[in-house]
Amino acid sequence: MADVKTYLREWAMPHVLCPGCAHGIVMRGFLDAIDQLQIDQDKVAVVAGIGCSSRIVGYIDFCTLHGTHGRAPAFATGLKLARPDLHVMVITGDGDGLAIGGNHLIHAARRNIDMTVMLLNNSIYGMTGGQAAPTTPAGAVASTTPAGNTEPNFDACKLMIGAGASFVARVLAANPIEMSKVIADGVRHPGFSFIEIISDCPEYYGRYNKVGGGAEMLTWMARRDAGVAVPLSEKKFVEHVPSSPVPTGLTTGVLERDIRPVFTGVRKQEPQ
Amino acid sequence: MSEAQLIQGNEACARGALAAGCNFYGGYPITPSSEIAEHMVRMLPDAGGVFVQMEDEIASLAAVIGASLAGSKAMTATSGPGFSLMQEHIGFAVMAEVPCVVVNVMRGGPSTGLPTSPSQGDVMQARWGTHGDHPAIVLAPSSVGEVFDLTVRAFNLAERFRTPVILLYDEVIGHTRESVQLPEKVEIVDRVRPDGDAADFLPKAADATGVPPLPAFGDGYRFHVTGLSHDERGFPTDDGHVAGALLDRIHTKVSDYEDEITAAETFMLDDAEVALFAYGIVGRSAREAVLRSRDAGIKAGLIRPTTLWPFPSQQVAAAAAQVDKVIVAEMNLGQMIGEVERATAGQAEVVGHMRADGEPITPSELVGVVSAGGGGGH
Ligand SMILES: Cc1ncc(C[n+]2csc(CCOP(=O)(O)OP(=O)(O)O)c2C)c(N)n1
Ligand code: SF4
Ligand SMILES: [Mg+2]
Repeated sequence: MADVKTYLREWAMPHVLCPGCAHGIVMRGFLDAIDQLQIDQDKVAVVAGIGCSSRIVGYIDFCTLHGTHGRAPAFATGLKLARPDLHVMVITGDGDGLAIGGNHLIHAARRNIDMTVMLLNNSIYGMTGGQAAPTTPAGAVASTTPAGNTEPNFDACKLMIGAGASFVARVLAANPIEMSKVIADGVRHPGFSFIEIISDCPEYYGRYNKVGGGAEMLTWMARRDAGVAVPLSEKKFVEHVPSSPVPTGLTTGVLERDIRPVFTGVRKQEPQ
Repeated sequence: MSEAQLIQGNEACARGALAAGCNFYGGYPITPSSEIAEHMVRMLPDAGGVFVQMEDEIASLAAVIGASLAGSKAMTATSGPGFSLMQEHIGFAVMAEVPCVVVNVMRGGPSTGLPTSPSQGDVMQARWGTHGDHPAIVLAPSSVGEVFDLTVRAFNLAERFRTPVILLYDEVIGHTRESVQLPEKVEIVDRVRPDGDAADFLPKAADATGVPPLPAFGDGYRFHVTGLSHDERGFPTDDGHVAGALLDRIHTKVSDYEDEITAAETFMLDDAEVALFAYGIVGRSAREAVLRSRDAGIKAGLIRPTTLWPFPSQQVAAAAAQVDKVIVAEMNLGQMIGEVERATAGQAEVVGHMRADGEPITPSELVGVVSAGGGGGH
């Protein structure tokens, strides 16, 4: 593993994340991926929305834009179109990316603009105190679903494949080595890459649903992994059982990878 | 000057943007502003710029802010409903100090209102639409030629003060075709960029001007941008002293230069007994009404601000000191009149003539108002 200190704003520490929160593991995994890629630190721009997950951009030493709730893909679109030489990445949460920002996310995917979106899914709104998110499984307890969630939840990867994302993957924070590799793959992919990173929120989701603290949640997360790094030809999703408070299985790995025309804005095309 | 040409207000806006160095446009279609986008998409690529049609107005201004942080001069244009959606990011651009230009071609509101009719119903929204205390720079042209000039000025002010600048005009100005001679060259202001060592760079440390230098993403300065209250390192803080000082600086960097920003045209005020106060399209009707009133023996004059915010209080106070009465004519139910009353401070009687029915206020209507001694309207 790399010495990721090069990529950290140590002066900005300590960070705001709770002890045991897997978002920290994701931050580390992301920096490992950047290190694997050996790209110029000055040419990396990371855009985030609002949420605990989005706060990560404060601590990483790139050009970082902590925007507004849900709008990171739109900020990133302007950034990338104006400076195609930058490696543009987005860090978003499940509430940020799939509730308030769902529209921006699907359109960035549809355009196939060259950026990498990492969506940290902890099935809850962490930052605001544990309210239900569009990813909260049916039956699960959140501060706004005290009797159990009665809404069905989004499958972020299916949504992104439907919207036309040309690279879609799901990884677990409980499996950081695989996570870094897939993030690096996503960044290398020409076009829009989407990586759902299953993270957690011991502070709220763990407590409300009696799953335990940080360590227990990671074990639980690892068990949820259906363990299928499915070959693309047999791509299939493990369905959630609607009545169970937690999803029974999650397909991880690269779920979609395709080379499609990349949107670069309406501009004068360079002579080929 | 180029040859005279017959162009629409919205085209003049696009041309002004290009003349000012705009190289990024992100927008979402809405009447009566869409022609700006349609002209931009045709002209920008050849000028080396980029155009994108975004999924909504929230995204449009987000993309504009992203592009501006990447070093572009960026703009979006919209009308009422879209302007409402942009409020979130106007606030972000104020807080993060990102230069950008937002054009609002006003139509009748509230809500979808009167999509193809003019209005001046958004002048207070342009001042206070986004939450929290914030400065505002808002320009209001009265003619096609002035749309060009003030679009250029909007970019220059945005770059100079690192803040969003709003250009407000209405449907009539947007769609009117007039013969104009556009200048071949205009004065251009570019944002100040840092030149020191990247390692010591403090993105929100300002010198005496109050405006910190702004590097582009990717140019070797790695820095953080946030809408949260932040310190000179650009890093979030909830320290009240730091937050208060930031808000102070964001205000004074504009208010300290109010004299240079505010502008108002006066017409036949010297010996006037009654002054019309009007802006935008109404300013033109008012000018004509002044001439006709004088023909009828009434000593009328005009004060026409081209900056609505900061409000040209000194110019209005000076005009009020000369007359007995100020008649405020606006196409809304009374928005700028409160500011006029404040600036006038009892020196003259202030009366209003308002209408908000989608019809422009005409010269003959104003002649009637002047001869009747002011007041009334819908
Ligand atoms: C427009 C707007 N609405 C609401 C909020 C309040 N808010 C802040 S973070 C957040 C939810 C974040 O959830 P998620 O994206 O899942 O991030 P997490 O904290 O779980 O990592 C909300 C609702 C806001 N900042 N802005
Ligand atoms: S509230 Fe939840 S998501 Fe936020 S830092 Fe704490 S544990 Fe993590
Ligand atoms: Mg969440």
